Amino acid sequence: MTRQARLGLFAVSAAGFGTLLLWAVAGLPDFGHYHGVYGTTLNSVAVGERHATNVVAAVVFDYRGFDTLGEEFILFGSVIGVALLLRDVREEPHRPRDEMRSDAVRLVGLGFAGALLVLGLYVIAHGYLTPGGGFQGGVVIASAFALVYLAGAYRSYRRLTPFPAVDLAEGVGAGGYALIGVVSLLLGSAYLHNFGPLGTTGSLASAGSIPFLNVATAIEVSGAFVLIFTEFLEELAVTRVETGA
Amino acid sequence: MIPLQIAVILLVALGALATVLTRDIVRLALVSGFYALTLVVFFLVLQAPDVALSELVVGAIGFPMVIVVAIVRERGDE
Repeated sequence: MTRQARLGLFAVSAAGFGTLLLWAVAGLPDFGHYHGVYGTTLNSVAVGERHATNVVAAVVFDYRGFDTLGEEFILFGSVIGVALLLRDVREEPHRPRDEMRSDAVRLVGLGFAGALLVLGLYVIAHGYLTPGGGFQGGVVIASAFALVYLAGAYRSYRRLTPFPAVDLAEGVGAGGYALIGVVSLLLGSAYLHNFGPLGTTGSLASAGSIPFLNVATAIEVSGAFVLIFTEFLEELAVTRVETGA
Repeated sequence: MIPLQIAVILLVALGALATVLTRDIVRLALVSGFYALTLVVFFLVLQAPDVALSELVVGAIGFPMVIVVAIVRERGDE
């Protein structure tokens, strides 16, 4: 195809796409004017029905719990894919020596790692009360481990994240979420339907089965992200050895 | 739309433009982190702290980490 023909084709498609885009944008509701029916309904009923003060968590782990199951397995599948691809081509991993980073980097890195771990646990534990939840908290926890590596302690990082433990967390989290749904079935309601005592609104012991799903998600997500980090870092280690550094 | 929201939206647009126009991959690791930060502020301003938390961690640690590994993979250790 000549340059001219390509440009012509681009002009035609850009004009068509641009028109459709403008049309769509013009039809959007005004900024700040929310028209969804479900959002408004859930905002008014969720706290009373489920005793969860974070309506987002109530949607994710209860009203739309089945969607979250799908998302869990999307993450699970992609992480397994990464692990399969990278582990297969890697020889027995070489262990690079720990490089000594500056004292300041190590102090700040390791100091923040502990704080980040606590923040992650807090975000998970209060997921259905305040903003946060299993996904966010899980990623925060995985980042705490990544900070240990960034602080220069590769060996400590690998000791903290042995493959069997990480793989187990990944599997148990994903499987646990699905199994909690089965408990609902055994209790005679729909799959992933909220069960258990709803407790006092605003306390940690509330919201029925949402906390369990929340924790299962947290285990799965932290396992998944640590696994991805580890796989990439192992790649890095192999590269370093190959290049003789 | 209040002025704060407009300001943050402009910041996000600036960050996105900078990210797209950055050709050097080492700089990209930094610029994308800054872009993620503008997004975090944006979500906070729109009162979506859940999303802001996720973006904070993914943008500050997850994405730069992948880029850094890609850099080392391509260039070897320098």
